[in-house]
Amino acid sequence: MEIGLITLAIMLAALLGWLLKQSFNTQPWIAEEVSATAHHGPLGDGSNTRLIALMTLLAVVTSFFALILSAYALRMELGDWVPMTEPQLLWTNTVMLIFASLAFQWTRNGAVKGQVSRLKPGLIVTGLLTTSFVIGQFVAWQQLQAGGQFITNNPSNAFFYFLTGAHAVHIVGGMYVWARATARVMLGTAEGTAIRRSIELCTIYWHFLLLVWLILFGLLLST
Amino acid sequence: MSYVAIADRDHEEEHHDPQTFITKYIWSQDHKVIAIQYGITAIFVGLIALGLSAMMRLQLGFPNQFSFINPENYYQFITMHGMIMVIYLLTALFLGGFGNYLIPLMCGSRDMVFPFLNMLSYWVYLLSVIILVASFFVPGGSTGAGWTLYPPQAIMQGTPGTDWGILLMLASLGVFIIAFTMGGLNYVTTVLQARCRGMTLMRMPLSVWGIFIATILGLLAFPALLVSAIMMLFDKTLMTSFFMPAISSMGADPGYTGGSPILFQHLFWFFGHPEVYIVALPAFGIVSDLLSTHARKNIFGYRMMVWAIIAIGGLSFIVWAHHMYVSGMNPYFGFFFATTTLIIAVPTAIKVYNWVLTLWEGNIHLRVPMLFAIGFVFTFIHGGLTGLFLGNVTIDLPLSDTYFVVAHFHMVMGVSPVLVVFGAIYHWWPKISGKMYNETLGKWHFWMTFLGTYSIYLPMHYLGFQGVPRRYFSMGNTEFMPASAQDLNAFITMSALFVAAAQILFFVNIIWSLARGPKSDPNPWDATTLEWQTPDHPPKHGNWGHELPECHRWAYDYSVPGYEDDFIPQNVPADKAPVGREHGEEH
Repeated sequence: MEIGLITLAIMLAALLGWLLKQSFNTQPWIAEEVSATAHHGPLGDGSNTRLIALMTLLAVVTSFFALILSAYALRMELGDWVPMTEPQLLWTNTVMLIFASLAFQWTRNGAVKGQVSRLKPGLIVTGLLTTSFVIGQFVAWQQLQAGGQFITNNPSNAFFYFLTGAHAVHIVGGMYVWARATARVMLGTAEGTAIRRSIELCTIYWHFLLLVWLILFGLLLST
Repeated sequence: MSYVAIADRDHEEEHHDPQTFITKYIWSQDHKVIAIQYGITAIFVGLIALGLSAMMRLQLGFPNQFSFINPENYYQFITMHGMIMVIYLLTALFLGGFGNYLIPLMCGSRDMVFPFLNMLSYWVYLLSVIILVASFFVPGGSTGAGWTLYPPQAIMQGTPGTDWGILLMLASLGVFIIAFTMGGLNYVTTVLQARCRGMTLMRMPLSVWGIFIATILGLLAFPALLVSAIMMLFDKTLMTSFFMPAISSMGADPGYTGGSPILFQHLFWFFGHPEVYIVALPAFGIVSDLLSTHARKNIFGYRMMVWAIIAIGGLSFIVWAHHMYVSGMNPYFGFFFATTTLIIAVPTAIKVYNWVLTLWEGNIHLRVPMLFAIGFVFTFIHGGLTGLFLGNVTIDLPLSDTYFVVAHFHMVMGVSPVLVVFGAIYHWWPKISGKMYNETLGKWHFWMTFLGTYSIYLPMHYLGFQGVPRRYFSMGNTEFMPASAQDLNAFITMSALFVAAAQILFFVNIIWSLARGPKSDPNPWDATTLEWQTPDHPPKHGNWGHELPECHRWAYDYSVPGYEDDFIPQNVPADKAPVGREHGEEH
């Protein structure tokens, strides 16, 4: 459980630090004019709502994966664990996901700088690369099963399917938001700021899932 | 850049009034309607769980007298009773119900920041309840694995409901967690982003603090339950061996290889212990506000109360294995978890002292909400003290799995939060409905519930010391238990039926209030918090009419010396509060 615990501790410490900063040395019982206290308002200027929500969601997802990894570490120590050989295809998939993240970053930079021409190609390329990653993961499963590596063979297999599956589900969830943004860009119904926000947040989510994947992949390879 | 709360930006498209009956009451995106939907669903499902507990008590008090209770049923009753009460009633009611109702109103916002997601959260919650209730009607019935769903027995033949019941239970939990996450994102973001001007974090009422920190706990802890539910689902349906050890079942080998049931326990309690505080922290917050308002005194040690909530929330993540002392662990781990468990008593005790000190020399109005709030302080102290017993490994070992444990957790996280739920409903009912209830009936409800629950759970502690084990369908002939233990069990059952029947008073009161109740004053308790200062009563969609409130002070300006009234609402500017005549003349 150490992995889960340390991850949670880091997240909670960050929150705690922030809360203490907000609450330390205040004298809430003293009534003040609004103008004097209004600057103590929430994070930023209130335009960060979606970013805060995304960050909260990422904390939840982090907790989810950290707990699976905790279970992984605990289960690995038991006698029946046989390390599995990961399919080589995962390397290709990893490269796809890295490029997807880069493409999203490129698109985002374009959106921030107002280079609207980047949006369509950027979003499409990101979508293609990400879809290839998901399909690639599925093909890797097929390869494993063709080689007789089923989920029941060994707990290491079970964890492999669980981890890759859970990660893919999160990617597919992100693809829903990507699809909405892309449709709005394609149909031209998007308002500039809204689409920029949407792309910015998607990019963060993509980078996050890439990071999760790199950690998972590293762990799978090393055990 | 000057701060402009998101709530200030009153976009027409986001806050247009719902027109039709369906958009107003069914597919509503109004936080108040969603709160009521959450509340009604949670209370409905809670009544089912109450009925189940009555069935269990019938068997325990009068063993084998009732043909409709057999051992299989009995295990299904205890399982569903526990799961429903903890998750589908209390978690949903405190966060989905009170969280939804109070956060935007107390923070001075028009609504949650993501109203659509909020609506979705309720409907997904309803789906999880439907899946859960459906499990009563599938072949084999609901699961009888105990609310902790420990493997291997949870999914092995011989436990009731291993065919369908357990599948539906796990699926329902998964769906609930999705619903909770959608709601939780809203509560956290709304608290952080949509407070009105001047509502600094340290001016928020403690109710909001409790709900806010509990939501964060839930968001971080529920994934542990999700992970264990998914893995157990795999063990059940795909025959993986995450948790299932190499085991023979009814003489046959089901095909599992050395999984770890203890791993499940770790994951389950990693969720399960914070869950206690997910239920308790909102109750702590709400009770602080009730005590302060009805004692006409500022809460004692507001900042300490906030930090205690935060500290309890943080500590709740490092005590989980105190539920597993008897599962076997390294003695050093036992030492560690006993220590952390006892440390959590420090911030909790601070809260209790502060509640009592708030009452000290207060102008106490023993109205119905106040009775429930004071009742909570009693039951919580008793439940908390037995927690100190059980937190010690050496005391826990002999008491583990006895009625002492049942009495402990029912006092601390059954009776106590439920008293707060009732207190909170009585307190905010005038705001929710615009009507008053019958005070006398409310007081009868309180005394019958309060004294009734004590007569259930105090004797249970004694049974626990006698060594009477929990979870047993019937005790049979055991030498260590005196015959009087059975008499006590019969008494407990009578008390339980009495308390269950007493709840009828609550529903009669609510229905009477809706039908015939007198109109309430917009601020019947002379409370300071913003929800009592709405321009409409009860508040309409958008809460605040054209202009959002501004917050000028904390939520506890009661009986401030020199002022005319014994309360100053949060939206009254510093120089506008009506001063008393003498005080005014001095100036």
